[in-house]
Amino acid sequence: MADAATLRAAPARRLLAAPVAGPALALVLACLFFGLNSGQFFTGPNFSLIIQQVMVVGTLAIGQTLIILTAGIDLACGAIMAFGGIVMTRLAVGAGLPPLLAVAAGLAVCAAFGLVNGLLVTRISLPPFIVTLGMLNVVFALTHIYSEEQTVTGLPPLLTFLGQTFDLGQTRVTYGSLLTILLFLLFAYLLGSTAWGRHVYALGNSPEVARLTGIRTRRLTVGVYTLAGFVYGIAALLLVSRTGVGDPQAGQSENLDSITAVVLGGTSLFGGRGLVIGTLVGALIVGVFRNGLQLMGVPSIYQTLITGVLVILAVAVDQLSRRRNR
Amino acid sequence: MIARIPAGLLVTALLVAGCGSGGGGQSAPGAPKVGLITKTETNPFFVKMKEGAQKSAQANGLELMSAAGRFDGDNASQITAIENMVAAGVKGILITPSDTKAIVPAIRKARDAGVLVIALDTPTDPQDATDALFATDNLKAGELIGRYARAAMAGRPARIATLDLAPGITVGKLRHDGFLKGYGIQDDDPSVVCSQDTRGDQAKGQTAMENCLQKAPGINVVYTINEPAALGAYTALKAKGRDKDVLIVSVDGGCTGTKAVQSGQIAATSQQYPLKMAEDGVKAVAEFARTGKKATGYTDTGVTLITDRAVPGVEAKDTAFGLANCWG
Repeated sequence: MADAATLRAAPARRLLAAPVAGPALALVLACLFFGLNSGQFFTGPNFSLIIQQVMVVGTLAIGQTLIILTAGIDLACGAIMAFGGIVMTRLAVGAGLPPLLAVAAGLAVCAAFGLVNGLLVTRISLPPFIVTLGMLNVVFALTHIYSEEQTVTGLPPLLTFLGQTFDLGQTRVTYGSLLTILLFLLFAYLLGSTAWGRHVYALGNSPEVARLTGIRTRRLTVGVYTLAGFVYGIAALLLVSRTGVGDPQAGQSENLDSITAVVLGGTSLFGGRGLVIGTLVGALIVGVFRNGLQLMGVPSIYQTLITGVLVILAVAVDQLSRRRNR
Repeated sequence: MIARIPAGLLVTALLVAGCGSGGGGQSAPGAPKVGLITKTETNPFFVKMKEGAQKSAQANGLELMSAAGRFDGDNASQITAIENMVAAGVKGILITPSDTKAIVPAIRKARDAGVLVIALDTPTDPQDATDALFATDNLKAGELIGRYARAAMAGRPARIATLDLAPGITVGKLRHDGFLKGYGIQDDDPSVVCSQDTRGDQAKGQTAMENCLQKAPGINVVYTINEPAALGAYTALKAKGRDKDVLIVSVDGGCTGTKAVQSGQIAATSQQYPLKMAEDGVKAVAEFARTGKKATGYTDTGVTLITDRAVPGVEAKDTAFGLANCWG
């Protein structure tokens, strides 16, 4: 039967046709371009720097990918992260809680916001856009109220541990970078090789079909939002360790930057199609541009300009390829 | 897949085109580098600052790199900019910190790497986290308009509204405190009938003034954190027919603001000099690159009271001087 042949050929073809091929090529070309234009670009320390700079947005974007795969969107992810960071730092510094407990509390708070988002989306059937838009304002306000607008400094070592470095050859790498890459690998496995992952894709492709095939779509959706919230909590810990402070103003540009990373990584905003590794590539594209343009001495407003054009291009490509596939 | 590969190529083409046209900011390739990091790209104050830095960099044979946050308070972007500039091998970084505390660890790392770091306009907290500070004395800026307002009121009982910046930001607090000091009153003085945050924004300044007038219709003195907030307040007062009998004082000395002083919308403003901050900062980095001598301590870049209705006992310059020295 042709089916068997198709099945055998599938992995190779799937790899080639994977939505990540275009973004990956763009990333490689961008690296080549900056390497040719700046002597400092192609060095271990600089690559380590780029990964440190994208680890927070990248981790947020893992949660964002999960939600976008279900054809949802999360406008509140950066705000939830900021709140998580303030909870962790204030409990550890102000309230004198053991740092490990403070971190656990921060993670739990972030997951709880995810849970609430998921319940509002499924139980009251509100569009994710609206739920998370409202939640963005709620969490933003709570962050400022709870923090009393104060930056939290003097953090215990455990909260900044992920910002510490170890030597990899000549290059200093932060533990946070390592954790981020492990998280991407973990979620690539969960989405690509488990039943749960297949259910997430099915839900994004067609909630009705998914429901009819016996997937408990409501529970799955709530689970995805909660898990995403938990991942934002990890991003909060990464942010705190990177900046060395609890910052109530954090997360404002990251709300949309995470969506940028997902879209640049080739994941469809319409759900059901995309890879979490693509998101890593998407985050790296932004990071490489930001770093490379800066090394070349290009003013940062051009980074914003180019990122904007890239996003539109990425979505246009997604749309065009959908039309062709039909 | 066919549609996707060209996308990668397109992106590269765009990238090449984008960078080719965007690289105009460089002056002397191979020259020692100096970095300028402002709070935002768009505020005229920082545009002027960048202009001053660019001019001074050319005069001193330095290459200027610039970066900015995407909004006021964007600490993460400023950290990223510091890291990238250190990676690019700058001799010195001039920074206007968005978050005076949160930026400190990143500055410490840059200084550990041997980079001279100078704060412009806004001090870090603690102030000695940078090698030096080139800034307006914001307390004095507030004090000047406080003394002016007191003299202009000539003993009439004041009902004061303060349109402030935002909680926890040093500049706003210093100007506010300076104003009260200059007026000779304490924060809990009963003559202060309304205090609202405006984030230095015209629209929010207008809303704040409308609400203050609702709360206390008899307001006759308005302190504003900057001229956009002052112009917002003026719009609100005009709508109530109160624009003639309320005294508005402000801080900044931007060109739009100075013109508003000239036309009488604002009674007086304390003018500061971002161009000078940047020029002096770049000069200090050039000196460090040449001789290894680091700038230290606080350099007051000056503040001047601008008004066309001078009052006895408070030194001031007129708006002709103000317009000749304004920014934006």
